[in-house]
Amino acid sequence: MTALHTGRSRRQAAASPRRRRVSPARRSQLIAAYALITPFILVFIAMLVLPLTYAGWISLFQDRLIGGVSFVGLENFERAIRDERFHEGLGRVALFLVIQVPIMLGLALFVALALDSGRVRGARTSRLAIFIPYAVPGVVATLMWGYIYGRDFGPITQVLTAVGLPAPDLLASNTMLGSMMNIVTWEFVGYNMIIMFAALRAIPTELYEAAEIDGAGQIRIAWSIKIPAIRPAILLTAIFSVIGSFQLFNEPSLLYRIAPNVIGTAYTPNLYAYNLAFVNQDANYAAAIAFLLGLVIMVVSYVVQLGSQRAMRGGR
Amino acid sequence: MTGIPVGAHVVDAPVAREGASRTRPRRRAPRSSLATILVWALVAYFVLPLIWLAIASTKTTSDLFSTFGYAFGNTFALWDNLVQVFTFQNGVYVRWLGNTVLYAGTAAFGAMMLSAAAGYAFAKYRFPGGALIFAIVLGAIMIPLTALALPTYLLFASMGITNTAWAIILPSLVSPFGVYLMRVYAADSVPDSLIEAARIDGAGELRIFWTIAMRLMAPGMVTVFLFALVATWNNYFLPLIMLSRSDLYPLTVGLAQWQAISTAGGGAQAVFSTVITGSFVAIIPLMVIFLYLQRFWQSGLATGSIKQ
Repeated sequence: MTALHTGRSRRQAAASPRRRRVSPARRSQLIAAYALITPFILVFIAMLVLPLTYAGWISLFQDRLIGGVSFVGLENFERAIRDERFHEGLGRVALFLVIQVPIMLGLALFVALALDSGRVRGARTSRLAIFIPYAVPGVVATLMWGYIYGRDFGPITQVLTAVGLPAPDLLASNTMLGSMMNIVTWEFVGYNMIIMFAALRAIPTELYEAAEIDGAGQIRIAWSIKIPAIRPAILLTAIFSVIGSFQLFNEPSLLYRIAPNVIGTAYTPNLYAYNLAFVNQDANYAAAIAFLLGLVIMVVSYVVQLGSQRAMRGGR
Repeated sequence: MTGIPVGAHVVDAPVAREGASRTRPRRRAPRSSLATILVWALVAYFVLPLIWLAIASTKTTSDLFSTFGYAFGNTFALWDNLVQVFTFQNGVYVRWLGNTVLYAGTAAFGAMMLSAAAGYAFAKYRFPGGALIFAIVLGAIMIPLTALALPTYLLFASMGITNTAWAIILPSLVSPFGVYLMRVYAADSVPDSLIEAARIDGAGELRIFWTIAMRLMAPGMVTVFLFALVATWNNYFLPLIMLSRSDLYPLTVGLAQWQAISTAGGGAQAVFSTVITGSFVAIIPLMVIFLYLQRFWQSGLATGSIKQ
């Protein structure tokens, strides 16, 4: 990742930023560097900075039936902070996160370690098979699981009734969240497993060959050598999962069609923001909700990062 | 969920560097029955639903209700179902498939090129503002894409460009993680000595990038392309809010609309078998691409670089 040093050293360049004339070679390199990053930066500003700024701006307004659009300052945010439906959605995704993410990442880590240890028969095929749900669109996964859960022709109900057991309603208010956790776990274990597996393959074998010769078992090697070595990868998957859980939308929005009374319009914050913008036509308030949600996600990801750094320091 | 490409360089940097140039000796580890059974039990969990979907797409709607999920129905109706999928509502499914290929293909190609150019620049040039810009891009990985979609919609609506292909393609071009991955990739796979040699031979900077660096970065670029392709192909929220004309829908939004028709019932013929077969057809292209390009993304992810 070293930058090229042409002609003069970094020190000299820093010491005399303007006095000396830039060499033609250095100048053409500067032009090339800016030319190469400009397209990305333009799109980055247009598609990321601008929408966020715009949403921040319109969240400061309110569109009333009487009086039209007026500037209200932070009133939308105050309303959101006191909005029980927003709280309820946030609480639900937080619960989702606390239960589902550890299960998903635990399974992914187990598979990655098992495959990396070289002790599984048919490792290549099983790796592909576990990864393949990642290529299935979330919409299709949700439709498919919706049918599988369903009591009309779902195989779960069919099997249970065949053996004489009562079939549970997997789309009722007390089971819905668990059913969604299962769908998301099914979709993303493979993706997370591949990230961890790739990181495991990059650990030099010398690090644990000695331990193996000394008779350390696979579980001990995994715990004391491999997991600490791929901590950054695990952290990355944890942060992506935090972001994903808070953004939950596809699953509730599609299962709403099957179980409208269970899901309602504010099951998750994103579903709530969507319904505010498109059903209630309240774009200003929806922008405030989207903004707050983004803020919550960034704060939680940051806390996860800090927590992991502390754990790392404690572990050493 | 997020559609962020994955990279190999998520281990501590020095470890990764060493690891990249190492080929793991293929020693025969003793097989473990317990590990094998546990992993294959998980394989069953991941594959059984897809098998159910495949079998269900060969059934008529009445067989769907009357026969066991993992057994074939009384009539093998796969062909009829396929005909129904491709001709239902005047063949709109074909249109959705075409839209999906167009949106995902264009966005993935664009994201790949933008990431490659920017990543190469960050890796190989030192320029004022470079470190700061890279830090900002890296921070943007944390910005939740779905939370961004609504603001983007509000902006696009004020500009009057919703209901166009651009409304889907433009937001999908930004891949901060792709830039990060390409930076790491460029640093590892394009030797500085080669760039110097090309300069001495009189090649211009952009030409060096275009003819030499891009070739060396190809496997990394394929990885970025694939994951950007999946992200756009599978995206539901963005097209759902951006598009209201059904002839512009991608498959995800179209299938969701069909599902709404089938659950609403409402006198129309129950189209369960059509939704199921349509769903099954929709997942085939990406699976084929992933299986076909395995060599690229698996080796690309595992080693993360070309050996110098």
